[in-house]
Amino acid sequence: MNSPAKPNSFRSGPDEDGRFGIFGGRFVAETLMPLILELQEAWDYAKSDPKYQAELTDLNTHYTGRPSPLYYAERLTDELGGARIFFKRDELNHTGSHKINNCLGQILLAKRMGKTRIIAETGAGQHGVAAATVAARFGLPCVVYMGATDVERQAPNVFRMKLLGAEVIPVTAGSGTLKDAMNEALRDWVTNVDDTYYLIGTAAGPHPYPEMVRDFQSVIGEETKEQLMAMEGRLPDMLVASVGGGSNAIGLFHPFLDDEGVQIVGVEAGGKGLDTKEHCASLTAGNPGVLHGNRTYLLQDGDGQIEEGHSISAGLDYPGIGPEHSWLKDKGRVEYVPIMDHEALDAFQLLTRIEGIIPALEPAHALAEVMKRAPKMDRDKIIVMNLCGRGDKDVFTAAKHLGVEL
Amino acid sequence: MTHRMDQRFAALAQEGRPALVTYFMAGDPDYAASLDIMRALPGAGADIIELGMPFSDPMADGPAIQAAGLRALKGGQTLAKTLQMARDFRHQDNETPIVMMGYYNPIYIYGVERFLSDAVSAGIDGMIVVDLPPEMDDELCIPALEKGISFIRLATPTTDDARLPKVLSNTSGFVYYVSMTGITGSALPDTGKVAAAVDRIKAHTDLPVCVGFGVKTEDHARAIGASADGVVVGTAIVNAIAHSLDADGAATPATKAGVCDLIRSLANGVHNARLAAVE
Repeated sequence: MNSPAKPNSFRSGPDEDGRFGIFGGRFVAETLMPLILELQEAWDYAKSDPKYQAELTDLNTHYTGRPSPLYYAERLTDELGGARIFFKRDELNHTGSHKINNCLGQILLAKRMGKTRIIAETGAGQHGVAAATVAARFGLPCVVYMGATDVERQAPNVFRMKLLGAEVIPVTAGSGTLKDAMNEALRDWVTNVDDTYYLIGTAAGPHPYPEMVRDFQSVIGEETKEQLMAMEGRLPDMLVASVGGGSNAIGLFHPFLDDEGVQIVGVEAGGKGLDTKEHCASLTAGNPGVLHGNRTYLLQDGDGQIEEGHSISAGLDYPGIGPEHSWLKDKGRVEYVPIMDHEALDAFQLLTRIEGIIPALEPAHALAEVMKRAPKMDRDKIIVMNLCGRGDKDVFTAAKHLGVEL
Repeated sequence: MTHRMDQRFAALAQEGRPALVTYFMAGDPDYAASLDIMRALPGAGADIIELGMPFSDPMADGPAIQAAGLRALKGGQTLAKTLQMARDFRHQDNETPIVMMGYYNPIYIYGVERFLSDAVSAGIDGMIVVDLPPEMDDELCIPALEKGISFIRLATPTTDDARLPKVLSNTSGFVYYVSMTGITGSALPDTGKVAAAVDRIKAHTDLPVCVGFGVKTEDHARAIGASADGVVVGTAIVNAIAHSLDADGAATPATKAGVCDLIRSLANGVHNARLAAVE
């Protein structure tokens, strides 16, 4: 195969049909098409409206607590004995992860569009909590679809959503995880077209969601660039982030895509191993297909039926990936690698002990990759990793895997 | 448009009644039982057959059709077998139009070119692919039209007059009017509104307009058929199959019989639909 042609910019996508190369697009039922076009119009207007941007920036600052710090992890750096490691600390955001960046952007849009009801899907519950939070903040009713399996294994987040006033609907269809929750949210949307805004949690789905969510999350990479410039006077040598749907990763990566010297690594959930069926490495082990409104890499069988993924981290437990990541993989701009459950669990414990930071299991995957790469790099090199969520929600899962009874 | 589809609508126009369009899920609960059902449909009164292609993630379908798809997949159904089912059916019936209905991914993975040539040789007349709106016509719609297979589009209550021409632009065979926003298997909508919507679409196209979503009984079929060129029934048929299965999920003698009883009563509905309109 020929090596892919290098585009003039890796930051110009998607095109007007919502495509990143062959990926992305608008694969939705006709009932939803007018809604998606309406959303696109509202988004096109909002993104160039200074008033909207000012409102979002104000909320990011005073409600979320942005900018999140860029932290030099000195003890971890010494422990690994190689490149200097910096964390972009989006786990310090209000609600405990990067998800709030996107939810604030979208709820402002929903308000502008005159929508009076919010629906969302959630896997681990982080996006559900963030969606319920902004719905509470703006006084809108919120319905969160969550796979029945996830409702069981993420009970604390279910309770948080309910405290925030959201209605959590367990989805029993399929295997009761994130993809089934997304199907059910789409069924709700197709039924309640007049008043409902679908607040998608990751940079996937039909155009314009992948672009819109990326733009809301790009605040992560933009801040990182400024902060590292102020601290070190230069760009990083490497960026590392975990990818489930891929919103935290695209948020960190996007502002750096055209900076040639910056190596970029996305980390997928390798679960129990790529030689088993129990993983979520859609980019490494899947192939292109069409699901949930976009063409992207998917875990599927030879008949095009979608397969269930597995990961120790419910937030990475999705058989697809945002379409822009699929394009960046095919273009060779970003390298995607899998990390196994047990490696993530080791990283989770190491960071907790060495830096006093309990990471979520999702960024623990990114950290496990950093642990492999940093020792092979010189001390004058810089790695920035997105610490996109905190681990409070995962202590029960971790205890279970470590054989500790709570 | 294929000659089968043409001839069928021409014959129905002569008879002065709407078509009964029947949907079932290929391979539900298994290949043999499902083919048996398909073969019995025309005799019971079905004018056009919609052959459901099972998909693991049917986002526009309600619980009944979701469950039917999962039963079929569990029974080993694949897209290749669904095409084979049409081929087997054609050995005894070369007149009833067959429209394949489902989602894009299995077709995409099968390969669009290969799928279309196999569909032509299997005797397929049209297809309805739920997640391919006109914006995605290059994917399958245009190649299908080039092969002489109709691409039947869904129009919905959210498809306003401004959008309707776009939806109708590459549509052939018939227009499938989804009578409500929502998923398959919902309640029957206001028939007056449906009639107005059919009139609205007919102002934009000469194609027959078939109406579906919510039609479950003979009375529904008669009421909807008063204004529409065809009445589509899906969930009720799928439910009749589901309710007839034994504890292990296998077909019983009541499976085909139950479906045929339902089709016969729905056929009564469409046969009397225009009489109702005159009343």
